[in-house]
Amino acid sequence: MMAMKVEHDLHKRRFSRNMGVGLVLAGFVCIIFGLTVVKVRQLGAIQAFDHVLRPELMPDQTRGGGN
Amino acid sequence: MTDVTVNEQETEAQFGDYFALLKPRVMSLVVFTAFVGLMVAPVQVHPMIGFCAILFIAVGAGASGALNMWWDADIDAVMKRTARRPIPAGKVTGPEALAIGLALSGFSVVMLALATNLAAAGLLAFTIFFYAVVYSMWLKRSTPQNIVIGGAAGAFPPLIGWVAATGSVSVEAVLMFALIFMWTPPHFWALALFLKKDYDTAGVPMLTVTHGRRVTRQHILAYTLALAPLAVWLGFTPIGGPVYLTVAVLANAWFILGAVRIWRRDETMAESDRYRIEKAFFQFSLLYLFLHFLALLADAVLRALGAL
Repeated sequence: MMAMKVEHDLHKRRFSRNMGVGLVLAGFVCIIFGLTVVKVRQLGAIQAFDHVLRPELMPDQTRGGGN
Repeated sequence: MTDVTVNEQETEAQFGDYFALLKPRVMSLVVFTAFVGLMVAPVQVHPMIGFCAILFIAVGAGASGALNMWWDADIDAVMKRTARRPIPAGKVTGPEALAIGLALSGFSVVMLALATNLAAAGLLAFTIFFYAVVYSMWLKRSTPQNIVIGGAAGAFPPLIGWVAATGSVSVEAVLMFALIFMWTPPHFWALALFLKKDYDTAGVPMLTVTHGRRVTRQHILAYTLALAPLAVWLGFTPIGGPVYLTVAVLANAWFILGAVRIWRRDETMAESDRYRIEKAFFQFSLLYLFLHFLALLADAVLRALGAL
């Protein structure tokens, strides 16, 4: 069986279509990223305990009461 | 047969042909009115979220356009105005248009829900359903009131923009809807008056075909007279202002004058000057809608600057 050439005519004819779809997908990725950044920022400060004790997350009555 | 020969065609559909399925010109009106609906809303929206909302509303409108082209390919093929659309031109197949329409419909509704809220997404879904099923599949070919009811689909974008910002419907949003809804019939009937042959050959029951041109002229006047108070009323709501009120009064006076002139003419008069008045009325109707929404935007900007 003959191997399909890389530069088959089909590739040329579909170049603009493939390029368009590629650009649309790339644009979509950027939009979703931007939207995510905005949405997460609107949630306000988000933090939790991760290996280190964060005093600002401690409830009021325990603040300053540790050893 | 190899996998390559399957796709050997005389003309390969290009990206632009798929884009044309989304009716870019209709989309530009949708983008503009949805943008105004979003901007005049009393709730401030982050620019990125606003941009996404408009984008997904536009994609939804495009999706309904693709579904309409899939369903109406037979009509489009016989009408001069639409014969060069991608499906009748043989560039895109019907099933392809259907697939794109359905995929983009689902995509736009889900994305609008994620970007803004469920109410806006629900309205967008309803709009697509209304345009593709209620208008295209059901009413367009069965009643001369097709334009009136189909006009509702085109009237939803500013309402969706408003709901995307505020999360609820209010009188201002409903009046923006009413403005486009009542504007659509005189706009399209004026077009039908001088494009009569097209709709005749396609067998679409336009009012001009079913009830005659005299009745169409009366209907244009009736709808224009009903439109004017609604347009002016919008000026007295919180989103109205001096710019809008001035534009609304002047544009509606001019629009009514045009409708009266159309109403007073008969076919011999119209044919003698090749539908000059009807064509002028149609062209002004495009400007009419644009000016109203532009004025709403101008008043919103003036309010934001503290000038009002």
